Amino acid sequence: MGVSCEWLPNHGYRREGVDLANTTADIRVAYVANLARLELDEASCALFQRQLETVVEYVRQIGELNLDGIEPTSHGQPVYNVFRADEVRPGLSHDRVLANAPAKMGEEFKVPRIVE
Amino acid sequence: MNYLPSVGLEVHVQLKTNTKMFCGCTTAYGAPPNTQVCPVCLGYPGAMPVMNVAAIRLTVLSGLMLGCRIGAHSKFDRKSYFYPDMPKNYQITQYDQPLCLGGGLVIELGGQTKLIRLTRIHLEEDVGKSTHYAGCSGVDFNRAGVPLMEIVTEPDISSADEAVAFLLALKQTLLYAGVSECNLEEGNLRCDVNISVRPEGTGKLGTKAEIKNMNTFKGVQAALKYEVARQIRCVAGGGRVVQETLRWDPDLGETFSMRSKEDAHDYRYFPEPDLLPVVLADAQIEAWRATLPERPAERRARFMHVYGLPAYDAGVLTAERGVADFFEATARLCGNGKAASNWIMTDVMRLLGESGRSVTQCALTPEVLAELILLVERRTINLPTAKGLLPELFEQAGRPAELVATRGLGQVGGEDEIGRLVEQALAANPRVVQDFLAGKQAAAQALVGQVMKLSRGKADPQMAGRLVAERLAARQGGAAVS
Ligand SMILES: [Zn+2]
Repeated sequence: MGVSCEWLPNHGYRREGVDLANTTADIRVAYVANLARLELDEASCALFQRQLETVVEYVRQIGELNLDGIEPTSHGQPVYNVFRADEVRPGLSHDRVLANAPAKMGEEFKVPRIVE
Repeated sequence: MNYLPSVGLEVHVQLKTNTKMFCGCTTAYGAPPNTQVCPVCLGYPGAMPVMNVAAIRLTVLSGLMLGCRIGAHSKFDRKSYFYPDMPKNYQITQYDQPLCLGGGLVIELGGQTKLIRLTRIHLEEDVGKSTHYAGCSGVDFNRAGVPLMEIVTEPDISSADEAVAFLLALKQTLLYAGVSECNLEEGNLRCDVNISVRPEGTGKLGTKAEIKNMNTFKGVQAALKYEVARQIRCVAGGGRVVQETLRWDPDLGETFSMRSKEDAHDYRYFPEPDLLPVVLADAQIEAWRATLPERPAERRARFMHVYGLPAYDAGVLTAERGVADFFEATARLCGNGKAASNWIMTDVMRLLGESGRSVTQCALTPEVLAELILLVERRTINLPTAKGLLPELFEQAGRPAELVATRGLGQVGGEDEIGRLVEQALAANPRVVQDFLAGKQAAAQALVGQVMKLSRGKADPQMAGRLVAERLAARQGGAAVS
């Protein structure tokens, strides 16, 4: 996608001091938390990392099965081509759209400043 | 040492659909912010996406136009993506099973042709539009969820000019196929440009940098020229190109680093559980294929072959499908491809250019133009009279034959009648005749002009020219004898 994801470095979410060493090679909680703008302290990161490793370990058991000749499936049921006709339907009214926004500005959703 | 650039493009094309990719919101351009949104495209929990069949069809049509294979089993995936313009925190796209695979497009540059191979074409949803203010940003989700087709090329492009030639050829093909408006001002066509350089003679590609989100062809050309030169300077000076994402600043004419590029791995693609796979029957694909138009390059070759047009003329006439259709209908109706080509390439194109309209937006139809051509061919009217009628027929509907009849524009006919006018002109302009007899060849043209004037423009100029020449020659002969 032609989109940048750079936030201002001082917007308050980025945590530079998190120890990334205590992670699995696959999923680094601190890194993903940073991407997701979740503010986790080091203790939480370590805890979640351990819990996540337990989950990943459990899923890894599937590797013990002999899966030769079995195609990976992305869905449980053999159902395909669920399409919709290209017909316009009314959306939400403007008031309702912005009613739940934490912050708005004119007709737009207001978010922390993002720069390219 | 000589360095060779390798360039690959990822072109995002907005498809011509009424509604968004996964919901029934309209895709109309230019509405006030956040007026074309619903729970699906705003990413409300529990809202379920449903595929727009038109987006699937248009992507497959594009693939067929570009010689791709259509994937036997295609699915959608989520790409984790944390940015305020994407409310779900993931973008629905296609990772490992895109709709179209392979394919290619032949470009022509400086008389040489070259195949640019395609890697794949996949379908994804667009994001919202953010506007930056002092201290905060605003987001409009009207564009979020609009279907985008991403066309990915192999790094076969080796210059800025080739990149532009590819984009132009691609735009032409997509317009022919009718899959997108390809309106650059409305952001229908945007591309990311991957660039690397390597020393000549080495096979391995160098480290690439990516310029994001280019939305003009001129920009792509300028950015590529700059970036290729920058990388060559860097490598030639013993440095290393850093893999990074760049932004092109058109005002400064330089590229700037946006951030160190995230690994694709970090996007954590996984299958979209809310959407079922697409498995298209061969019969369906063939039914869609049957609706495809002839490709621009094939049509151009056929115009040269069937109508005997020079390559340049055939290229001009096939540049746009509308013009090519117009030409072909006219040629068929009047039975004279050369005349149809001459009229369209000169007078019709000029009127289109001046009015800023397309060939389908003016009153002139192939039927009318063919009739006009036949009136000239049958010598009912002369060419200047026909050309005089064209602007009127371009503006409003009318039948040339009727206009000629009601206005008495018919050509002044036989040799006798024009011969009389020639004698009249010669008698009325003895000095011009003297000039001619004294050796001033151009004087004959003035006399033809007089004949045309006497006929009120209705004489056949060729016949008038011939008769003036004959009568003058007779006098010259006479003068020589006496
Ligand atoms: Zn919607």
